[in-house]
Amino acid sequence: MSQIDTSPAVIMRGITKRFPGVVANHRVDLEVRGGHIHALLGENGAGKSTLMNVLAGLYQPDEGQIIIRGRLVQFHSPRDAIEYGIGMVHQNFMLVESFTVAENVILGYGGDGMLVDRSAIHCQVQALSERYRLDVDPNAFIWQLSVGEQQRVEILKLLYRGADVLILDEPTAVLTPQESDELAEILRQMTDEGKAIIFITHKLDEVMAFSDQVTVLRGGEVIATLPTAETTKEELARLMVGREVLFRIEKEPYEAGPAVLELEAVSAQNDKGLPALKGISLQIRRGEILGIAGVAGNGQRELAEVITGLRPVTNGAIRVGGREITNCSPKEAIDAGVSHVPGDRLGVGLIPNLPVVDNLAMKAYRRPPLAVGPLLDGTAMGTFARRLVEAFKIATPSIQTKARLLSGGNQQKVVLAREIDSSGGVLVAVHPTRGLDVGATESVRRTLLEQRRQGAAILLISEDLDELMQMSDRIAVIFEGEIMGFVDADRADKDEIGLMMAGERRVASEIS
Amino acid sequence: MRLVFEKRLTQSRWAALLVPLGSFLLALLFGSIFLAAFGVDPLQAYRVMVVGSLGSQYAFTETLVKAIPLMLTGLGVSIAFRMLFWNIGAEGQLAMGGIAASMVALFWSQSLPDALTLPLMILAAVLAGAVWGLIPALLKAYIGVNEILTTLMMNYIAVLGVEYLYLGPWRDPEGRGFPGTAAFPPEAILPRIVGRVHLGILFAVIAAALLWLILSRMKWGYEIRVIGENPEAARYTGVSIARNILLVMLLSGGLAGLAGMSEVAGIARRLYQGLTVGYGYTAIIVAWLANLNPWGVLFSAFFMAALLVGGDQIQIALQTPAAVALVLQGAILFFVLGGWIFVNYRIRIIRPLGESALEAGDD
Amino acid sequence: MTEAFLISILTITIRAGVSLLYATLGEIYTERSGVLNLGVEGVMMMGAATAFAVAYHSGSAWLGLAAAIIAGVALAGVHAFLSITMRADQVVSGLALTIFGTGLASFMGQRLGPGGQTMVGLQGPVFARTPIPILSKLPILGPSFFNQDILTYMLYILLPIMWFYLYGTKAGLHLRAVGENPQAADAMGVNVALTRYVYTMLGGLLMGVAGAHLSLGYLQGWAQNITGGRGWIAIALVIFAMWDPLRAVIGAMLFGGINALQFRMQAAGTTIPAPFLNMMPYIFTILVLVVITWWEAVRRRIGAPAALGIPFAREEK
Repeated sequence: MSQIDTSPAVIMRGITKRFPGVVANHRVDLEVRGGHIHALLGENGAGKSTLMNVLAGLYQPDEGQIIIRGRLVQFHSPRDAIEYGIGMVHQNFMLVESFTVAENVILGYGGDGMLVDRSAIHCQVQALSERYRLDVDPNAFIWQLSVGEQQRVEILKLLYRGADVLILDEPTAVLTPQESDELAEILRQMTDEGKAIIFITHKLDEVMAFSDQVTVLRGGEVIATLPTAETTKEELARLMVGREVLFRIEKEPYEAGPAVLELEAVSAQNDKGLPALKGISLQIRRGEILGIAGVAGNGQRELAEVITGLRPVTNGAIRVGGREITNCSPKEAIDAGVSHVPGDRLGVGLIPNLPVVDNLAMKAYRRPPLAVGPLLDGTAMGTFARRLVEAFKIATPSIQTKARLLSGGNQQKVVLAREIDSSGGVLVAVHPTRGLDVGATESVRRTLLEQRRQGAAILLISEDLDELMQMSDRIAVIFEGEIMGFVDADRADKDEIGLMMAGERRVASEIS
Repeated sequence: MRLVFEKRLTQSRWAALLVPLGSFLLALLFGSIFLAAFGVDPLQAYRVMVVGSLGSQYAFTETLVKAIPLMLTGLGVSIAFRMLFWNIGAEGQLAMGGIAASMVALFWSQSLPDALTLPLMILAAVLAGAVWGLIPALLKAYIGVNEILTTLMMNYIAVLGVEYLYLGPWRDPEGRGFPGTAAFPPEAILPRIVGRVHLGILFAVIAAALLWLILSRMKWGYEIRVIGENPEAARYTGVSIARNILLVMLLSGGLAGLAGMSEVAGIARRLYQGLTVGYGYTAIIVAWLANLNPWGVLFSAFFMAALLVGGDQIQIALQTPAAVALVLQGAILFFVLGGWIFVNYRIRIIRPLGESALEAGDD
Repeated sequence: MTEAFLISILTITIRAGVSLLYATLGEIYTERSGVLNLGVEGVMMMGAATAFAVAYHSGSAWLGLAAAIIAGVALAGVHAFLSITMRADQVVSGLALTIFGTGLASFMGQRLGPGGQTMVGLQGPVFARTPIPILSKLPILGPSFFNQDILTYMLYILLPIMWFYLYGTKAGLHLRAVGENPQAADAMGVNVALTRYVYTMLGGLLMGVAGAHLSLGYLQGWAQNITGGRGWIAIALVIFAMWDPLRAVIGAMLFGGINALQFRMQAAGTTIPAPFLNMMPYIFTILVLVVITWWEAVRRRIGAPAALGIPFAREEK
C-alpha cells in the first residue's frame, strides 16, 4: 500500500451554530483523517447536516474553529471550502435539471478562459468517470438521469475540483441495496488514494458496514466518537437515542377483510408527459397495510396522486369500496373516504402561516358542525381543534399558534390527526416518518398501526425499507411505473426486494 | 465584520407599526429633496398639500370624494391579491363600469321609471366590471395565462373604448368642442350627502363590511385565504382553485365597475376623459399598504386621496405638476417595501473568529 | 404588393420594433437571473424623458443616450436592492417602479422644457437615419434594414453577441444556473446576489436605451404617454420569446409590424376609428399570450427560469 497521509485532514473544534429558536450544534469537536471513512450518526434533528454545512462553507459557525491540514481557516462561502478541497453531496441534489452533466460539473469553476470548451470538458469528465467507475455520460441532461446516476454526477463535481474531503449527506437514502454496495466500492477506491470521506446517516447498518470511525450526535452535541470495529449496533443505538431502543414493533397478527381499495391496470403520466404508471394493479384489504418499496422517482408520487384525485389516469380504473373514483377531483376522493398524508408536509399537507386550528379544519370545514350554510362557526372550529390536539397529543402552545412554529413531529401529528379523523377507511401515507426524530417516528408508526387495527386500508409509501418491512403486511415493489411483484412482509428477503427495486427481478404472482 | 439578515421566528409587532410610519417619513424626506431640486420650497409644498386636502371642510370633503373610487377599487384589488391573483386591471374594470352606467343613463333612462334608473345603472356597472374581470380570470383558470399581463392589456383596451365613445358616437352634440358625452338626466345622478360627497361613500363602507364578512366568517373566505397562503395545499384539500379564481374576479371586477359608476353618476355626471386617471393603479398601492385588510383599505384609500388632492393643490398654488403626487406615492411604496423586511428579519453582526479564539479552544 | 410598399412596411416595422426589442432583451436578461422586473414601463419612460431632456439642453443626442442609460441603471438598481437585499415582493416592487418612473417622467416632461415649461412639442437633436454604403443598395432589404439610425445598427451587432454570451460562455452558464437553481449555483461558488444585481441593472441599461430610442429615434419628441404600454408588451414578449434573445426578434418584428399596419391603415384613410386601430397591439398581445401559454401547456416544455421571482437566501431552513 502506498504512503498516504493519515494525519488529521479536518479538525473541527468547539463548533457552535444557532438558528432562531434552536441551538443546532453546541461545542462540537470532530477529527477526520485522510484515507478513512468517518460516519456521522444521529437521529433527525441531531445537528449532523448543520455541522457539515458549516464545514462545507454554507453556514458560518457562531463559535469554534476549523483547521484544515494544520491551517486555521474561515469559510465565507462554499467556494472557499472547495478551494481547500472540501466538497459536499447534499441530500437534495444541487443540480440544474435543464443543463447537461458537463455543464453542471464546470458550473462555478473559473478554470481557463471565458468560453465553454465543450470537447475539453467532455474528455476530463470522461476520464474522471472512468477512473472512479462512476459511469456517467457527460452529454446527458440531468433530467434524463436516474437518481443514483445524479448522485454520481454530484460526486463527479467534487472530484473535478480536486476535492479530497468528501461529505455525503444520507447517500443511500435514494439507492437500492445493490447501488449502495456499488457506492461503497467507489468510496473505498477514493480512500485508498488518501481522500477522507464523511458520511451522514441515521442508519446503523450502514455505519457498521462502511465506516472506520463513527461520531454520534444527539441534541446538537457529540456523545461519543469510536472506531467502528470496537462498537456494536446496540451500543450505537443507545448512544444515538439516549435510551434502549426496540428494534421490533409490536404488530398484531394479520386479519384482513374484504378489499377496500382496488387499482386495475392504471396508467398515468408524470408532469413531463412521460409514462409514470404503466398498468398498475393492486388491492388493499380492510385492516391491511400495503407497503410500496422502490427508489424515489419510479412512480410512487404519481401513484399516491391518482388515488387521491390529484392526477388524472390515462387508462384503468380505481375503486373504493366498489365505488368508482377514477379521474375524480380531490374533493370527490375525499368524499369517497380517501385520506392522504402527503410526502411534502409543509408544502402540501399544511399551511405553515395559518394557525393550527385552521390547519386542522382543512377537511372538515365544509360540513356541520364547523359550517352552518356558507358561514363558519369559529367556536365549533375551536372545539374541534382542541379535541384533536388532545386525542393525538399534539404539543402546541395554543391552537392559534402558526403551524410552522411546531416541531416536525408535531406538524406531522397535525396532518395525521386531520386525515385520520376524516378518513373513510382508506389512508394513503407518503413518507410519513421522513425527517422525524425517533420519538416522533415511533408515535406516527403506532398511530398507523392503530388505524390498521381499526380496519383502515393503508397504502404506505416509504423509501425506508426497514420501515416497510416492519410495518407492512405485504410489500409491492415499484420500478419505472410497474409493480415488480408482491411479497409477504414476514417472508420478505431484503436482497430479493433490492433486485426488484433495480428492475432486475420480477416475482410472478396472481393479482393479489 | 459583516451584517446579515436573520429570519425571525414570529413577526415583530412593533416593526409592523413603525415601518409604515418610518417609511412615510422617509418618503417625505425624499420628496423634500426632490422638490427642492426643482426649485420648490418643500415645507411650503407640504403645507399646501395638507391644508388643501384636510384643512377645511371643503378640502376634507374633496378628499373624501377622491377616496371613494380608491376605496372601491382598492377593496376589489385587495380580495384578488388575497388569492395571489394579481388583478392589475381595476382601471379597465372601472372604465367598463362607467361605460355601462353611462349607457343606461344616456339611452335607457327615458324608457324607465325614474326610481329604477340608478339601481339599473348600478347593476349594469357591476356586471360590466365583473365580466371585464372574468375574461382574464377564465384565461388564467383554464389555460394558465399570466394575469398580470392580460388584466393590464384589458385596461388599455377599455380606456381606448371609453375614449372612442365619448369622442365618437356618444359625443355631446351640443358640447361646443368639449370632449365628453351629454350630461346625465337628473334621475341618473347619485344624490350628494355633504359637499360633493355622494352616495358612493355608502357603497364603499358596505363593500368593506361585505369583504370583512366573507373573509372572517364564511367558508368562501377560508378557501380564499388557504389558496393565497398555499395553493398546493388548497388543491390537495379539495378546494377548486379555478372556481375561486372566477368567483373572486367577478367580485373584484364588480367592485371596480361600481367605482366607475359612482364616478360618472356622482361626480362627473357624464362620461368623459377624467374617468380614467389611474385610480385602478393607485388602488394597488392602497390595497398593499392596507395589508389587504378591508377596513384598512378604507383608511389607506383616504390617505392616498389626500396625497392626490394635495398634489392638485400644489399644481394650482405653486404651478408644480400634480405628478409630484405620483412620485411621492412611488417613494412611499419603495420605502415601505424596503422597510418591511424588518418585520420578518433582524440584523445580526458577524465578527471574524480571531486569534483569541484559538487559545480559548484548548479546554 | 409593390416593392415600395414592402420596403415601407419593413422600415416602419424595424423602427417601431427596435425600442421594443431593447426593452425585451433587457427583461430577458433580468428574468434569466431569476428577478422579475415589472417596472419596464416606468424605466422606459424615464429613459425617454431623460434622453430627450439632456439631449435638448446639451445639444447632443449621445449625451441624452448616456443620461438615459444612467437613469435606467439607477432605477433598476432600486428594484434590485429592494428585491434582492431587502427580500421585498418582486411584483409589488416592480409595480412601484412603474408608478414612480411614470410619475417622475411625467413631472420632468412638464418641467424640463426651456424656462421650466413643458417638453411637449419641442424639437431637439435626434439619432438620424443614415444609410450604410453598399448594403443599403440591396433590393428591399437595403432601404429597410440598412437605412436606420445608429441605435438600430448597434442592435444588429448586439443581438448575436447577446445570444452567444448566454449559451457559449461561462458567464452565461452562471447566469442561467442562477435563474434555474440558485441553491446549486451558490453551492458551486457562484455569487447569486451579485449575479442578480448585475443582470437586473444591465436590464435597466437596455430599457433606458429603449426609451432613448423612442424619444430620440423613432418618435423624435416628447409626449405625455410616449411609451404607451410598450414596457408591458415587452414583458409579454419575453414570455413569447421563451427567454431566448433570438426568438425575441420575431416577437418584436411582429409588434413592429402591427404598429406599421396601424400607421399605413390610418394613412390610407381607413374607416376604422383611430381608437380601435390603437387597440390592436393590446388585443394582439392577449392573443399571443393565450396561444403561447396554451401551446406550452400542451407540450409541457420547460419554460421560465425555475427560480423566477423567488428570493434566495442561503441559511434559511
